[in-house]
Amino acid sequence: MKYGVNEQGYYGDFGGAYIPEMLYPNVEELRQQYAKVINDPDFKAEYDGLLRDYVGRPSPLYHAKRYSEKYGANLFFKREDLNHTGSHKINNAIGQILLAIRLGKKRIIAETGAGQHGVATATVCALKGIECVVYMGEVDMERQAPNVSRMKMLGAKVIPATSGSKTLKDATNEAMRDWINNPVDTHYIIGSVVGPYPYPDMVAQFQSVISFETRKQLLQKTGSELPQYVLACVGGGSNAMGMFYHFLDDQAVNLIAVEAAGQGVNSGHSAATTFLGREGVLHGSRTILMQTEDGQVVEPYSISAGLDYPGIGPQHAHLYKIKRAQYVSITDDEALQAGLLCSQLEGIIPAIETAHALAYLEKMTFKADDNVVICISGRGDKDLSTYIKYFNF
Amino acid sequence: MNRLNKLFESKKDNLLSIYFTAGYPELNTTVAIAEALEKAGVDFLEIGFPYSDPVADGPTIQHSSERALENGMNLNQLFEELKDLRERVSIPVLLMGYFNPMLQYGIERFCKKAVEAGVDGVIVPDLPMYEYETLYSRYFIDNGLSNIFLVTPQTSQERVRRIDSLSNSFIYLLSSSSITGKNLQLSNAIEDYYKRIKAMQLKNPAIIGFGISSNETFKKACEYARGAIVGSAFVKFLEQDNYLERIPEFIKSIKN
Repeated sequence: MKYGVNEQGYYGDFGGAYIPEMLYPNVEELRQQYAKVINDPDFKAEYDGLLRDYVGRPSPLYHAKRYSEKYGANLFFKREDLNHTGSHKINNAIGQILLAIRLGKKRIIAETGAGQHGVATATVCALKGIECVVYMGEVDMERQAPNVSRMKMLGAKVIPATSGSKTLKDATNEAMRDWINNPVDTHYIIGSVVGPYPYPDMVAQFQSVISFETRKQLLQKTGSELPQYVLACVGGGSNAMGMFYHFLDDQAVNLIAVEAAGQGVNSGHSAATTFLGREGVLHGSRTILMQTEDGQVVEPYSISAGLDYPGIGPQHAHLYKIKRAQYVSITDDEALQAGLLCSQLEGIIPAIETAHALAYLEKMTFKADDNVVICISGRGDKDLSTYIKYFNF
Repeated sequence: MNRLNKLFESKKDNLLSIYFTAGYPELNTTVAIAEALEKAGVDFLEIGFPYSDPVADGPTIQHSSERALENGMNLNQLFEELKDLRERVSIPVLLMGYFNPMLQYGIERFCKKAVEAGVDGVIVPDLPMYEYETLYSRYFIDNGLSNIFLVTPQTSQERVRRIDSLSNSFIYLLSSSSITGKNLQLSNAIEDYYKRIKAMQLKNPAIIGFGISSNETFKKACEYARGAIVGSAFVKFLEQDNYLERIPEFIKSIKN
């Protein structure tokens, strides 16, 4: 694949495994095993079976008629919000738990921002009867309280990350420290296409089912596998990478990644990484990240906990640099308005993360026969209190 | 031959190294602390430059890093403070920190500035061997700056050999796979690991770090290696008033 990872774990200038020696054996074991394991027919059969019977895949590709009328094109929603646990995160969590079991691991750790990845991980750990510890920023635990309760109900232990901005970045630091301290029997299920190689590639492969299905569904509905536009929101970038994956080599497909501008790109309260970031190293990979002149990581801000991350996955950094995908940004206000619009035009309350992708439609112009796919990465149940507060319901 | 090599040649055992974070508890104390440590009988030093996301560190060094950053410590400030280092301190000095601040400063510029300041080596936990070899080693070698690698109980024998071949001063043996600031746990497995490393007869001496916080743990570590490094325990000690005057007391408690 033209845009895929090379043997050293790089996408162009980005990627690699910038990790302390303490993590080397774990990461090296994964690197040696992951391709072998996920291409094994037994693994594939179990993974596909669970995606079908437990997650409910394939997720529908829904022709959003009222949205299509409003925007003057054929708009399709890829309904990851209908997955078990309410977002695309479960695709990766299922893949990694099956891999962890095959590697003989007895304990699972994860980081979570919005809580969707934490819930997905707690779910698959319950499914397989494996101990689960989830690190979550203290601030995020408050703004995504329903997901904290869900994780606890599923039997996971949720540990607050109390350093730094107390959000996703800090939860990731804590999970990495746990992994350093527990090098033998623990597997770290990273929730996005970030981290040291092989994580960005592994997570992208597990999420690529999104675009794999979309192509087939589009063919059926439009007579062509290829849309003119594909949109997805980007924090670390896992739903976007899954949504882009099987379209990367088709240059005719415009890929649009929507970052969180927070209160505005230049407000000082933003998470628009490609606008505000520079090349550097974060959480084990060389990528684009928001940082000070001295290379200290900047605390990002977005109303959406899932997009509140100072970096993007290395493959995204590559696609951005070579301009294979377009990176844009949407503010808190624009996203919340789009969430309301989607609720009232289509009867779908989207996650605030997803609402960022929907909001960008306002800034596009279409031809009447354009086919446009938007990844509805998650549902908005977890965000109700934020919506209610904003709109004064 | 740099100061590190000379030290390892002249002193065979019980080497004591101390780590502290530059800019903690306050700015403009780096060389004063270094000087006091040398006078108290420390053999070499590791001066940490702070990073916002120190994933290999426990709460103590996370805290000192955070405070140092709040105080305004960065690489420009550090090199400014180190200007009279070699007028006041003669023992070997290493810098220790994470890769991103170095990368933003410029690796070649960093190596030059460090050597100009009289620094002998660098420990960068998140700069892996592959990237070091393919992208950066020439800047270290051209400037005569040692790069020190970490080895853990899980590091394979083959990898230890490669690390030994890339090293030219010493190898940093971790007492366990852990973040900094935990207590040294001695088990049969850990003793086997030390013995295994010793039996490999590496060309570089080994120094043990992580979890060394007392006379007891220091002595234990020195049974298996040429010396040991105390970090978090000293950083904790710096929290108290009059820390400069009390440094000899602290060092005595370790060396006994």
